[in-house]
Amino acid sequence: MGYFLGLIVVLGALWLGLSGMFKPLLLTLSVISILISILLAARLNTVDREGVPYARTPNLFLYWGWLVIEIFKANWPVIRACVSADLDINPALVKVKTRCESDLAKTIFANSITLTPGTVTVEVEGDKLLVHALFEESATPDAFTEMDERSWRAADGRQAGKTTQVKA
Amino acid sequence: MSEILNVIMTIKPILGALLCLIGAGLAVIGTVGVLRFPDFYTRLHAASVTDTGAATIAIVGMALLAPSWLIVFKLAAIWLFLFLTGPTGSHALANAAHTAGLQPVIGRQRDRAGESDSEEAS
Amino acid sequence: MIGAAAIALIVAIALMLIRALRGPTLYDRVLAVNSLGTKIVLFIGILGFVLGRPDFLDIAVLYALINFVSTIAILKFFRYRSFQVPLMRRTVARQTQPEGDDV
Repeated sequence: MGYFLGLIVVLGALWLGLSGMFKPLLLTLSVISILISILLAARLNTVDREGVPYARTPNLFLYWGWLVIEIFKANWPVIRACVSADLDINPALVKVKTRCESDLAKTIFANSITLTPGTVTVEVEGDKLLVHALFEESATPDAFTEMDERSWRAADGRQAGKTTQVKA
Repeated sequence: MSEILNVIMTIKPILGALLCLIGAGLAVIGTVGVLRFPDFYTRLHAASVTDTGAATIAIVGMALLAPSWLIVFKLAAIWLFLFLTGPTGSHALANAAHTAGLQPVIGRQRDRAGESDSEEAS
Repeated sequence: MIGAAAIALIVAIALMLIRALRGPTLYDRVLAVNSLGTKIVLFIGILGFVLGRPDFLDIAVLYALINFVSTIAILKFFRYRSFQVPLMRRTVARQTQPEGDDV
Protein backbone atom coordinates (compact mmCIF):
# COMPACT_ATOMS: atom_id res chain seq x y z
CA MET A 1 0.00 0.00 0.00
CA GLY A 2 2.97 2.30 0.55
CA TYR A 3 3.71 2.10 -3.14
CA PHE A 4 0.26 3.48 -3.95
CA LEU A 5 0.77 6.33 -1.49
CA GLY A 6 4.11 7.22 -3.05
CA LEU A 7 2.59 7.17 -6.52
CA ILE A 8 -0.29 9.42 -5.42
CA VAL A 9 2.08 11.96 -3.83
CA VAL A 10 4.34 12.07 -6.91
CA LEU A 11 1.45 12.39 -9.36
CA GLY A 12 -0.16 15.14 -7.27
CA ALA A 13 3.10 17.06 -7.09
CA LEU A 14 3.48 16.71 -10.85
CA TRP A 15 -0.03 18.01 -11.49
CA LEU A 16 0.37 21.00 -9.14
CA GLY A 17 3.76 21.88 -10.59
CA LEU A 18 2.58 21.72 -14.18
CA SER A 19 -0.69 23.60 -13.71
CA GLY A 20 0.04 25.98 -10.82
CA MET A 21 -3.63 26.92 -10.30
CA PHE A 22 -5.75 26.19 -7.24
CA LYS A 23 -9.32 26.62 -8.50
CA PRO A 24 -11.79 23.99 -7.17
CA LEU A 25 -12.71 22.76 -10.66
CA LEU A 26 -9.06 22.09 -11.56
CA LEU A 27 -8.42 20.35 -8.24
CA THR A 28 -11.40 18.05 -8.85
CA LEU A 29 -10.13 17.25 -12.32
CA SER A 30 -6.68 16.52 -10.86
CA VAL A 31 -8.13 14.05 -8.37
CA ILE A 32 -10.06 12.28 -11.15
CA SER A 33 -7.04 12.05 -13.43
CA ILE A 34 -4.78 10.76 -10.65
CA LEU A 35 -7.33 8.07 -9.82
CA ILE A 36 -7.51 7.02 -13.48
CA SER A 37 -3.70 6.82 -13.72
CA ILE A 38 -3.47 4.73 -10.57
CA LEU A 39 -6.18 2.35 -11.80
CA LEU A 40 -4.32 1.93 -15.09
CA ALA A 41 -1.01 1.35 -13.31
CA ALA A 42 -2.59 -1.23 -11.00
CA ARG A 43 -4.13 -2.98 -13.96
CA LEU A 44 -0.72 -3.10 -15.68
CA ASN A 45 0.84 -4.65 -12.53
CA THR A 46 3.55 -2.02 -12.47
CA VAL A 47 3.00 -0.75 -8.91
CA ASP A 48 5.79 -2.60 -7.15
CA ARG A 49 9.37 -2.06 -6.00
CA GLU A 50 10.62 -1.41 -9.51
CA GLY A 51 7.79 0.76 -10.76
CA VAL A 52 7.72 3.05 -7.73
CA PRO A 53 11.34 3.39 -6.55
CA TYR A 54 10.74 6.47 -4.43
CA ALA A 55 11.83 4.90 -1.16
CA ARG A 56 15.43 5.06 -2.36
CA THR A 57 15.20 8.65 -3.62
CA PRO A 58 18.09 10.15 -1.55
CA ASN A 59 20.48 7.43 -2.71
CA LEU A 60 19.37 7.86 -6.30
CA PHE A 61 19.80 11.63 -6.15
CA LEU A 62 23.31 11.28 -4.77
CA TYR A 63 24.14 8.90 -7.60
CA TRP A 64 22.48 11.29 -10.07
CA GLY A 65 24.69 14.20 -9.01
CA TRP A 66 27.82 12.13 -9.41
CA LEU A 67 26.63 10.90 -12.80
CA VAL A 68 26.00 14.42 -14.18
CA ILE A 69 29.59 15.46 -13.39
CA GLU A 70 30.85 12.26 -14.99
CA ILE A 71 28.74 12.93 -18.11
CA PHE A 72 30.19 16.40 -18.50
CA LYS A 73 33.72 15.02 -18.22
CA ALA A 74 32.93 12.39 -20.88
CA ASN A 75 31.39 14.94 -23.26
CA TRP A 76 34.70 16.61 -23.98
CA PRO A 77 36.52 13.93 -26.05
CA VAL A 78 33.41 13.29 -28.14
CA ILE A 79 33.00 17.00 -28.92
CA ARG A 80 36.68 17.18 -29.87
CA ALA A 81 36.26 14.17 -32.16
CA CYS A 82 33.25 15.83 -33.79
CA VAL A 83 34.93 19.11 -34.66
CA SER A 84 38.54 18.09 -35.28
CA ALA A 85 39.65 18.47 -38.89
CA ASP A 86 40.63 14.86 -39.55
CA LEU A 87 38.50 11.99 -38.33
CA ASP A 88 40.36 10.13 -35.60
CA ILE A 89 38.22 7.60 -33.75
CA ASN A 90 38.75 4.04 -32.59
CA PRO A 91 35.43 2.25 -32.14
CA ALA A 92 35.33 -1.08 -30.36
CA LEU A 93 32.94 -3.58 -28.81
CA VAL A 94 33.82 -4.61 -25.25
CA LYS A 95 32.18 -6.93 -22.75
CA VAL A 96 31.61 -5.57 -19.25
CA LYS A 97 30.79 -7.69 -16.24
CA THR A 98 28.55 -6.23 -13.57
CA ARG A 99 27.93 -7.08 -9.93
CA CYS A 100 24.37 -5.73 -10.00
CA GLU A 101 21.75 -8.39 -9.38
CA SER A 102 18.30 -6.88 -9.32
CA ASP A 103 16.73 -5.66 -12.53
CA LEU A 104 16.52 -2.09 -11.24
CA ALA A 105 20.25 -1.91 -10.51
CA LYS A 106 21.09 -3.42 -13.87
CA THR A 107 18.81 -0.94 -15.60
CA ILE A 108 20.43 1.97 -13.79
CA PHE A 109 23.92 0.74 -14.66
CA ALA A 110 23.14 0.13 -18.33
CA ASN A 111 21.34 3.46 -18.66
CA SER A 112 24.27 5.26 -17.05
CA ILE A 113 26.64 3.70 -19.57
CA THR A 114 24.36 4.73 -22.41
CA LEU A 115 23.88 8.22 -21.02
CA THR A 116 27.62 8.83 -20.91
CA PRO A 117 28.68 10.06 -24.35
CA GLY A 118 31.19 7.74 -25.96
CA THR A 119 29.74 4.47 -24.69
CA VAL A 120 26.47 2.73 -25.58
CA THR A 121 25.08 -0.49 -24.12
CA VAL A 122 24.16 -2.72 -27.04
CA GLU A 123 22.96 -5.82 -25.29
CA VAL A 124 22.37 -7.17 -21.78
CA GLU A 125 22.53 -10.90 -21.10
CA GLY A 126 22.69 -12.13 -17.53
CA ASP A 127 25.41 -10.17 -15.77
CA LYS A 128 27.37 -9.32 -18.91
CA LEU A 129 26.88 -6.15 -20.90
CA LEU A 130 27.98 -5.65 -24.49
CA VAL A 131 29.21 -2.07 -24.80
CA HIS A 132 30.09 -0.18 -27.95
CA ALA A 133 32.69 2.53 -27.31
CA LEU A 134 33.87 5.36 -29.49
CA PHE A 135 37.45 5.17 -28.18
CA GLU A 136 38.83 1.77 -27.31
CA GLU A 137 41.44 3.17 -24.94
CA SER A 138 38.76 4.79 -22.75
CA ALA A 139 36.67 1.61 -22.46
CA THR A 140 38.87 -0.73 -20.47
CA PRO A 141 36.93 -2.88 -17.97
CA ASP A 142 38.44 -0.86 -15.10
CA ALA A 143 36.75 2.28 -16.38
CA PHE A 144 33.33 0.94 -15.46
CA THR A 145 34.03 -0.50 -12.00
CA GLU A 146 33.35 2.71 -10.09
CA MET A 147 30.06 3.32 -11.91
CA ASP A 148 29.13 -0.31 -11.32
CA GLU A 149 29.87 -0.06 -7.62
CA ARG A 150 27.97 3.20 -7.21
CA SER A 151 24.88 2.07 -9.10
CA TRP A 152 24.81 -1.16 -7.13
CA ARG A 153 24.96 0.80 -3.87
CA ALA A 154 22.30 3.27 -5.05
CA ALA A 155 19.78 0.66 -6.17
CA ASP A 156 20.06 -2.35 -3.88
CA GLY A 157 22.84 -1.73 -1.40
CA ARG A 158 20.72 -2.10 1.71
CA GLN A 159 18.72 -5.13 0.70
CA ALA A 160 21.53 -7.18 -0.72
CA GLY A 161 20.41 -10.00 1.53
CA LYS A 162 16.98 -10.58 0.00
CA THR A 163 17.68 -10.29 -3.69
CA THR A 164 14.76 -11.08 -5.92
CA GLN A 165 14.85 -14.08 -8.15
CA VAL A 166 12.77 -12.57 -10.95
CA LYS A 167 14.86 -12.77 -14.09
CA ALA A 168 13.86 -11.83 -17.60
CA MET B 1 24.35 43.91 0.31
CA SER B 2 21.72 45.20 -2.09
CA GLU B 3 24.48 46.16 -4.52
CA ILE B 4 25.58 42.55 -4.74
CA LEU B 5 21.96 41.58 -5.35
CA ASN B 6 21.72 44.22 -8.07
CA VAL B 7 24.83 42.89 -9.78
CA ILE B 8 23.43 39.37 -9.66
CA MET B 9 20.09 40.51 -11.06
CA THR B 10 21.75 42.33 -13.95
CA ILE B 11 24.16 39.51 -14.77
CA LYS B 12 21.54 36.76 -14.62
CA PRO B 13 19.79 37.33 -17.98
CA ILE B 14 23.11 37.73 -19.78
CA LEU B 15 24.45 34.52 -18.26
CA GLY B 16 21.22 32.70 -19.11
CA ALA B 17 21.29 33.80 -22.73
CA LEU B 18 24.98 32.87 -22.97
CA LEU B 19 24.27 29.37 -21.63
CA CYS B 20 21.40 28.98 -24.13
CA LEU B 21 23.78 29.96 -26.92
CA ILE B 22 26.41 27.46 -25.71
CA GLY B 23 23.79 24.73 -25.61
CA ALA B 24 22.64 25.51 -29.14
CA GLY B 25 26.27 25.48 -30.27
CA LEU B 26 26.72 22.03 -28.72
CA ALA B 27 23.61 20.88 -30.60
CA VAL B 28 25.17 22.06 -33.88
CA ILE B 29 28.42 20.26 -33.00
CA GLY B 30 26.55 17.04 -32.28
CA THR B 31 24.73 17.34 -35.60
CA VAL B 32 28.01 17.83 -37.43
CA GLY B 33 29.27 14.68 -35.74
CA VAL B 34 26.19 12.77 -36.85
CA LEU B 35 26.79 13.93 -40.41
CA ARG B 36 30.51 13.08 -40.40
CA PHE B 37 30.90 9.78 -38.58
CA PRO B 38 31.18 6.72 -40.79
CA ASP B 39 28.91 4.20 -39.12
CA PHE B 40 25.56 3.93 -37.36
CA TYR B 41 27.00 3.04 -33.95
CA THR B 42 29.44 5.94 -33.96
CA ARG B 43 26.67 8.33 -35.00
CA LEU B 44 24.82 7.22 -31.88
CA HIS B 45 27.64 8.62 -29.74
CA ALA B 46 27.52 11.96 -31.52
CA ALA B 47 23.77 12.16 -31.03
CA SER B 48 24.14 11.51 -27.29
CA VAL B 49 26.17 14.72 -26.97
CA THR B 50 23.01 16.58 -27.98
CA ASP B 51 20.86 14.55 -25.63
CA THR B 52 22.98 15.18 -22.53
CA GLY B 53 25.33 18.14 -22.74
CA ALA B 54 23.39 20.47 -25.00
CA ALA B 55 20.04 19.80 -23.31
CA THR B 56 21.44 20.31 -19.79
CA ILE B 57 23.25 23.55 -20.59
CA ALA B 58 20.36 25.05 -22.57
CA ILE B 59 17.84 24.14 -19.86
CA VAL B 60 20.03 25.66 -17.12
CA GLY B 61 20.25 28.81 -19.24
CA MET B 62 16.49 28.93 -19.67
CA ALA B 63 16.04 28.40 -15.92
CA LEU B 64 18.19 31.49 -15.31
CA LEU B 65 15.92 33.46 -17.66
CA ALA B 66 12.69 32.16 -16.11
CA PRO B 67 10.38 34.73 -14.48
CA SER B 68 8.78 32.39 -11.91
CA TRP B 69 9.41 29.17 -10.04
CA LEU B 70 6.63 27.42 -11.97
CA ILE B 71 8.68 27.74 -15.15
CA VAL B 72 11.72 26.33 -13.36
CA PHE B 73 9.66 23.33 -12.29
CA LYS B 74 8.51 22.72 -15.88
CA LEU B 75 12.11 22.98 -17.09
CA ALA B 76 13.18 20.47 -14.44
CA ALA B 77 10.41 18.13 -15.62
CA ILE B 78 11.61 18.41 -19.23
CA TRP B 79 15.20 17.73 -18.12
CA LEU B 80 14.12 14.68 -16.15
CA PHE B 81 12.08 13.32 -19.09
CA LEU B 82 14.98 13.84 -21.50
CA PHE B 83 17.43 12.14 -19.15
CA LEU B 84 15.15 9.18 -18.51
CA THR B 85 13.99 8.62 -22.09
CA GLY B 86 17.18 9.46 -23.97
CA PRO B 87 19.27 6.43 -22.96
CA THR B 88 16.28 4.12 -23.27
CA GLY B 89 15.74 5.22 -26.86
CA SER B 90 19.45 4.95 -27.67
CA HIS B 91 19.65 1.47 -26.18
CA ALA B 92 16.53 0.36 -28.05
CA LEU B 93 18.04 1.63 -31.30
CA ALA B 94 21.41 -0.02 -30.72
CA ASN B 95 19.80 -3.27 -29.61
CA ALA B 96 17.47 -3.36 -32.63
CA ALA B 97 20.35 -2.69 -35.02
CA HIS B 98 22.50 -5.35 -33.34
CA THR B 99 19.69 -7.90 -33.40
CA ALA B 100 19.04 -7.18 -37.07
CA GLY B 101 22.69 -7.98 -37.77
CA LEU B 102 24.16 -4.58 -38.53
CA GLN B 103 27.91 -4.98 -38.03
CA PRO B 104 29.83 -2.11 -36.43
CA VAL B 105 33.05 -0.74 -37.87
CA ILE B 106 35.89 -1.78 -35.54
CA GLY B 107 39.39 -0.36 -35.30
CA ARG B 108 41.07 2.96 -35.85
CA GLN B 109 39.45 5.11 -38.49
CA ARG B 110 41.34 7.79 -40.32
CA ASP B 111 39.68 9.99 -42.87
CA ARG B 112 41.50 10.38 -46.17
CA ALA B 113 39.71 13.71 -46.67
CA GLY B 114 41.40 14.82 -43.43
CA GLU B 115 44.84 14.51 -45.01
CA SER B 116 43.88 16.79 -47.88
CA ASP B 117 42.48 19.18 -45.29
CA SER B 118 45.75 19.23 -43.39
CA GLU B 119 47.64 19.79 -46.64
CA GLU B 120 45.50 22.76 -47.37
CA ALA B 121 46.05 24.05 -43.89
CA SER B 122 49.81 23.75 -44.05
CA MET C 1 21.67 36.78 -27.94
CA ILE C 2 18.91 34.27 -27.23
CA GLY C 3 17.63 34.83 -30.76
CA ALA C 4 21.03 33.66 -31.98
CA ALA C 5 20.55 30.48 -29.95
CA ALA C 6 17.20 29.88 -31.67
CA ILE C 7 18.79 30.40 -35.10
CA ALA C 8 21.62 28.00 -34.23
CA LEU C 9 19.05 25.38 -33.24
CA ILE C 10 17.26 25.89 -36.57
CA VAL C 11 20.58 25.29 -38.35
CA ALA C 12 21.11 22.12 -36.30
CA ILE C 13 17.60 20.90 -37.18
CA ALA C 14 18.19 21.55 -40.88
CA LEU C 15 21.50 19.67 -40.82
CA MET C 16 19.90 16.77 -39.00
CA LEU C 17 17.19 16.60 -41.67
CA ILE C 18 19.93 15.92 -44.23
CA ARG C 19 20.94 12.82 -42.25
CA ALA C 20 17.31 11.77 -41.94
CA LEU C 21 16.83 12.00 -45.70
CA ARG C 22 20.17 10.48 -46.73
CA GLY C 23 20.72 7.88 -44.00
CA PRO C 24 21.80 4.62 -45.59
CA THR C 25 20.00 2.33 -43.15
CA LEU C 26 16.66 2.50 -41.40
CA TYR C 27 18.34 2.94 -38.01
CA ASP C 28 20.17 6.06 -39.14
CA ARG C 29 16.85 7.60 -40.04
CA VAL C 30 15.24 6.67 -36.74
CA LEU C 31 18.27 8.02 -34.86
CA ALA C 32 18.07 11.26 -36.85
CA VAL C 33 14.36 11.66 -36.14
CA ASN C 34 14.89 10.95 -32.43
CA SER C 35 17.70 13.46 -32.13
CA LEU C 36 15.64 15.93 -34.18
CA GLY C 37 12.90 15.60 -31.58
CA THR C 38 15.29 16.52 -28.75
CA LYS C 39 16.42 19.59 -30.65
CA ILE C 40 12.82 20.58 -31.36
CA VAL C 41 12.02 20.35 -27.65
CA LEU C 42 14.88 22.73 -26.88
CA PHE C 43 13.82 24.99 -29.76
CA ILE C 44 10.22 25.23 -28.55
CA GLY C 45 11.45 26.20 -25.08
CA ILE C 46 13.84 28.84 -26.38
CA LEU C 47 11.17 30.16 -28.77
CA GLY C 48 8.89 30.68 -25.77
CA PHE C 49 11.53 32.87 -24.14
CA VAL C 50 12.20 34.77 -27.37
CA LEU C 51 8.51 35.60 -27.77
CA GLY C 52 8.15 36.36 -24.05
CA ARG C 53 5.58 33.61 -23.51
CA PRO C 54 7.12 30.81 -21.43
CA ASP C 55 3.83 28.89 -21.60
CA PHE C 56 5.32 27.22 -24.65
CA LEU C 57 7.10 24.91 -22.19
CA ASP C 58 3.89 22.87 -21.82
CA ILE C 59 4.12 22.02 -25.51
CA ALA C 60 7.78 21.14 -25.01
CA VAL C 61 6.92 18.66 -22.23
CA LEU C 62 4.31 17.03 -24.45
CA TYR C 63 6.70 16.88 -27.40
CA ALA C 64 9.38 15.19 -25.29
CA LEU C 65 6.96 12.46 -24.24
CA ILE C 66 5.50 11.86 -27.71
CA ASN C 67 8.97 11.79 -29.22
CA PHE C 68 10.04 8.92 -26.97
CA VAL C 69 6.85 6.93 -27.53
CA SER C 70 7.06 7.32 -31.31
CA THR C 71 10.69 6.13 -31.39
CA ILE C 72 9.88 3.02 -29.40
CA ALA C 73 6.76 2.34 -31.49
CA ILE C 74 8.67 2.59 -34.79
CA LEU C 75 11.44 0.30 -33.52
CA LYS C 76 8.95 -2.23 -32.20
CA PHE C 77 7.07 -2.27 -35.49
CA PHE C 78 10.21 -2.84 -37.55
CA ARG C 79 11.44 -5.55 -35.22
CA TYR C 80 8.26 -7.62 -34.92
CA ARG C 81 6.28 -6.26 -37.91
CA SER C 82 3.31 -5.94 -35.59
CA PHE C 83 2.12 -3.89 -32.65
CA GLN C 84 0.42 -6.87 -31.01
CA VAL C 85 3.54 -8.55 -29.58
CA PRO C 86 4.20 -7.92 -25.87
CA LEU C 87 7.53 -6.21 -25.20
CA MET C 88 8.14 -7.94 -21.88
CA ARG C 89 8.53 -11.71 -21.78
CA ARG C 90 8.14 -12.25 -18.07
CA THR C 91 4.54 -13.26 -17.74
CA VAL C 92 5.46 -16.68 -16.32
CA ALA C 93 7.50 -15.21 -13.47
CA ARG C 94 4.75 -12.69 -12.78
CA GLN C 95 2.06 -15.27 -12.16
CA THR C 96 3.08 -15.99 -8.59
CA GLN C 97 3.13 -12.54 -7.07
CA PRO C 98 3.53 -12.87 -3.31
CA GLU C 99 1.99 -9.56 -2.22
CA GLY C 100 -1.63 -9.50 -3.35
CA ASP C 101 -2.80 -5.95 -2.93
CA ASP C 102 -6.49 -5.39 -2.31
CA VAL C 103 -7.26 -3.59 -5.51
